[in-house]
Amino acid sequence: MKHILTVENVSKNYGNFTALNNVSISVPKGSVFGLLGPNGAGKTSLIRIINQITLQDKGSIYLDGELLQPEHVHQIGYLPEERGLYKSMKVGDQALYLAQLKGLSKSDAKKKLKYWFEKFDINDWWDKKIQELSKGMAQKVQFIVTVLHTPKLLIFDEPFSGFDPINANLIKDEILKLRDEGATIIFSTHRMESVEELCDYIALIDKSKKILDGKLNDIKEEFKTNQFEVGLSCENKDLLLNEINSNFSTTKSDKISFNEDVRLIVDLKSTESSKDLIKFLNNKAQITHFTEIIPTANDIFLKAVANNG
Amino acid sequence: MDKLKLIIKREFLAKVKNKSFIVMTILSPLLMVGLLLLIVFLNQKNSEEVRTVAFVDESNLLATVLEDTNATKYIDLTDLGIEEAKKQTEGNFYGLLFIKKSDSLINLSKGIQFYSEDTPSLNLLGSLENKLEKKIRNLKIEQLNFDLDKIKATETSVSIATENFAGEKSSKIGSILRMIAGGGFGYLIFMFIIIYGTSVMRSVIEEKTSRIIEVIISSVKPFQLMLGKILGNAFAGILQFIIWAISAGLLLTIITYVFGIETTSSGTAMGQINPEMIEQMHASSASELQVALQEIKNLPILTMFFSFIIYFIGGYLIYSSIYAAIGAAVDSETDTQQFMMPVMLPLIIAIYVGFSVIENPHGPIALAFSLFPLTSPIVMLMRIPFGVPWWQIITSMLLLIGTFILIVWFAAKIYRVGILMYGKKPTYKELYKWLKY
Repeated sequence: MKHILTVENVSKNYGNFTALNNVSISVPKGSVFGLLGPNGAGKTSLIRIINQITLQDKGSIYLDGELLQPEHVHQIGYLPEERGLYKSMKVGDQALYLAQLKGLSKSDAKKKLKYWFEKFDINDWWDKKIQELSKGMAQKVQFIVTVLHTPKLLIFDEPFSGFDPINANLIKDEILKLRDEGATIIFSTHRMESVEELCDYIALIDKSKKILDGKLNDIKEEFKTNQFEVGLSCENKDLLLNEINSNFSTTKSDKISFNEDVRLIVDLKSTESSKDLIKFLNNKAQITHFTEIIPTANDIFLKAVANNG
Repeated sequence: MDKLKLIIKREFLAKVKNKSFIVMTILSPLLMVGLLLLIVFLNQKNSEEVRTVAFVDESNLLATVLEDTNATKYIDLTDLGIEEAKKQTEGNFYGLLFIKKSDSLINLSKGIQFYSEDTPSLNLLGSLENKLEKKIRNLKIEQLNFDLDKIKATETSVSIATENFAGEKSSKIGSILRMIAGGGFGYLIFMFIIIYGTSVMRSVIEEKTSRIIEVIISSVKPFQLMLGKILGNAFAGILQFIIWAISAGLLLTIITYVFGIETTSSGTAMGQINPEMIEQMHASSASELQVALQEIKNLPILTMFFSFIIYFIGGYLIYSSIYAAIGAAVDSETDTQQFMMPVMLPLIIAIYVGFSVIENPHGPIALAFSLFPLTSPIVMLMRIPFGVPWWQIITSMLLLIGTFILIVWFAAKIYRVGILMYGKKPTYKELYKWLKY
């Protein structure tokens, strides 16, 4: 089985409001899958359906090839965006409680909690109450509780909110480690730089519909605009610009680096290749910089949502 | 099932370990006992106080009835004359009783006055009036040359014995017992629903505001969580009531033991005054005790017990699931007001109807409200000790169970949607929409 999770034609309505409209996604095993979309697009609705918190009106969901069933909650770990812990309950007690709700035995849960508490160096928090901890500390406990029962599928909704950069990095490393150990991660966020860093696959949901999905690299390839950024050194700047502009369409780049005369972004037509551009430029001036402009996840997000508009 | 057990356990422990719960559980019996002791103490202090009442009896006919008792002493100031006696009494004695000289017995009763600094105690006045009336009456009888003994022999006391057609004897004491038994059970349910229903609601709101709710319902069904919460709180409540019952019983025994000795000693003191009366009282109270015991035996105890269990469970589950739904619908306790009113209303009506039920246990109001499922747990329980036809009990219970299933279903739906809704106070219209999600 290639996919850990398959969502087929899922729709969900709340009264007259359509939260999800015929959404299908497939999450490959062992990947980090970015579930992206603007606020109110339907991401949380989809995540709640996968967690069986709400039921879809239409469509079906398969976990590891099996139709989703109540017992499957033990194989899923979910860190919701709106998350918290009991304020007046001791950290250890509620970690144990939540772990047991996920189907772990008490002794098992204790053993695993000990491992994670030692790993995060928070052993002395066991008897503290949540109200005595800072927000970041509580988030750490929540992360542990989410991953404790070694689920096949982990769903993180904005996992880095509330963490300082050091701890965010710690959590990021742990997420990647979990993937390497065989878990699949669905990752929902608005922080595009972390999508860039972590995700192998993405799906983009906008206005209750899926508008884009696939391997991040493939999507980038697809969204490539055949643009190149070039830096040139020459004696007669104006002459050079004239010559380039008569052959290619260009825009001025906002960056000019040290000892460069010209910095341009060149749009190539689909019939032209980078080879032609290099050849042309090489004859006119000294090339100091040449890169293909690859769209960032942020660019893709903005463009796709704007197109869907 | 295991998860439900886990939830119940957590809710129970969270409630029981709560400081306010511990304080309430321990403190309230102590407070009650303290209050009781205070009342007993004050009463005793009150009765220990001896009042001295002076009197001027110009008629020289009535002074004989003014005998000293434990609480009141009498001083004869007739020789001083009324003006001097007033001066003497002021500041020295509790009051001055003045019986004006008169030409006839008929006018004698009109010329009696009591002087005192403050308004005199009604008890004292009453007892004085009683004594004087009796004496004047006897004097009149004598004056008319009637034989006092013969007239005394005509005095009769009637107490109507009641019995139903099945041959069971009943009495006023029985009715009072029934009122206490029914009222007590009904009130217990009322209190339990209010205290622990609110506690369920608070616990739901706490899970919402602390945002742990979504983590939990990704592991368990919302209905399981709601049920676990309701049951966990109920067990905590039952534990609290048991602790209260045991400690109340214990403390009461201690109190009756301590004060019991004193009552017997004061009893003997009273016995010295009027042994005959005491004997009579003993005899009558003994027979009344027997009647009471008989009445207790006659109560439909088994029916009462089982119906208490059923109405308790049904009533608590109905109301606590409504409370849970309210808790889920709002963001904070201050927002609950608009929804609380319709919940409290039937409960309060039930208690009020309950009082009228005691007057007329088989009237149409009693029947209607003991069938209506939102009031039946309280009203029917108050009726049962008076004897209720089986068909009524069974209809009422079936209605209760039906309503219970319906309401829990509705509440669970509202709960399921509400726990994930943040930031806005829903209207009734929105709640209705949630039912269809």
